[in-house]
Amino acid sequence: MKRYSVFAIAREALRYHEGWERAWRAPQPKAAYDVVIVGAGGHGLATAYYLGKNFGITNVAVIEKGWLGGGNTGRNTTIIRSNYLQDPSAAIYEKARSLYETLSQDLNYNVMFSPRGLLMLAQTHHEVRGYLRTVHANTLQGVATEWIEPAKVKELVPIINIDGPRYPVLGALYQARGGTARHDAVAWGYARACSDMGMDIIQQCEVTGVRSEGGQVTGVETTRGAIACKKLGIVVAGHSGQVAEMAGFRLPVEAVALQALVSEPIKPCMDVVVMANTVHGYMSQSDKGEMVIGGGTDGFNNFTQRGSFQHVEETLRALIETFPIISRLKMLRQWGGIVDMTGDRSPIISKTPLGNCFINCGWGTGGFKAIPGSGWAMAELMAKGHSPLAADFGMERFREGRFIDESVAAGVAH
Amino acid sequence: MLTLTCPYCGVKAEETELAPGGEAHLKRFGPGSTDDDYESYMFARKNPKGVHFERWRHAYGCGKWFLAARCTATLEVFGTYPAQSKEPPAELIAKIKAKRPGWEGYK
Repeated sequence: MKRYSVFAIAREALRYHEGWERAWRAPQPKAAYDVVIVGAGGHGLATAYYLGKNFGITNVAVIEKGWLGGGNTGRNTTIIRSNYLQDPSAAIYEKARSLYETLSQDLNYNVMFSPRGLLMLAQTHHEVRGYLRTVHANTLQGVATEWIEPAKVKELVPIINIDGPRYPVLGALYQARGGTARHDAVAWGYARACSDMGMDIIQQCEVTGVRSEGGQVTGVETTRGAIACKKLGIVVAGHSGQVAEMAGFRLPVEAVALQALVSEPIKPCMDVVVMANTVHGYMSQSDKGEMVIGGGTDGFNNFTQRGSFQHVEETLRALIETFPIISRLKMLRQWGGIVDMTGDRSPIISKTPLGNCFINCGWGTGGFKAIPGSGWAMAELMAKGHSPLAADFGMERFREGRFIDESVAAGVAH
Repeated sequence: MLTLTCPYCGVKAEETELAPGGEAHLKRFGPGSTDDDYESYMFARKNPKGVHFERWRHAYGCGKWFLAARCTATLEVFGTYPAQSKEPPAELIAKIKAKRPGWEGYK
């Protein structure tokens, strides 16, 4: 693989850009691999990447039923933060955030990580108390967050209306090194690095069955033939339940649609990420100038990748009060992704009842920010059978009552 | 927009006046049951990509709970029936089978 650099740009500029290589190969599936990862989204590719980088396991195939990063990796609002309340969450999300800091250098691929700062607005007294508690918890966890007063919020976000009649801004939980990254580039960068290590990324290859023998996984059946493997990682987000059923176990997961939308591009007006959880909307401005807006989930099971119109309406109605400037904006695009929600709104990174079959799912509405940490922990779990970062996220926690209850901590989906 | 007919008041209710309530026909397990049964009752859900039987409440209408059969892959609604039903009515099952010949049936 030729490295990307300023010299590469100069070299290609002098020869009509004809020397750029394909970022990753498109191989035919082999008959057998050491490890097969199902799902070439961010989490699946990151798992493969850290298997190779941290454990030297490179006889790996990542198989994907659609195209690379075409699911929730390309459908999120690209926000990165780690200001969680519970210790296991803070540990894995902070690991992910810290890996994002150097991911571009690590992958030799510009993922455009922009630690521009992130505010979670407190708009009720209940939220003020909740976020003060989170700040204290984060201090103990070593996650750099702070509580800021309304005047500071106004200074950071000049377009905000801090004394709205219904939901005044009473302060905010501020994470200075939170921010955004280019979501597609994260998938593409991992894919290029995996391909460079000799891994096969096989797109348009849907898993139709899981083969096992004596309680151990032996391979998968796919639309492009059977592929044998010693270890299997299922990292398929919204369709986790379907693949788990093929592997013969059930998951405490339900699929719902989460929506987001972007406005027409406007001049730079907001250089931080703002989340308003009481009214449930969050907003940042992309490098192209579009306001990227995340909305709420539907309450019912849904696999259609489109959500209900009234949720868009609710989100915008609420955001307009806090950001009067957006009232005349036209919305360009709106889309939905299928997110896999667990009972405690925390992910599952776990062994399964089927031997040598591992699952990484349940990231719900907040998976993008976790991609590097999730891949790191999943790779360690698959390689060594145990990972400190993943230890608390086992699927047996539901039976044992050891919830990582972020749904209560955040008060909303996250 | 999702439209469900409330089997009690007969109103064709749209999504904004309804509250979703998750999977229907869950068998409840309480004190004295096995850990497996209790876990399964609390957390395991069918979550099918296809025909789904679920609970809804006509929250901004008559206020009553009812049950519905809906396809999670297309959002098609097959029908609604009263919450007191132990299982989906036979005629509704027949109607779904006619529309979805490959459907494995209610189980």
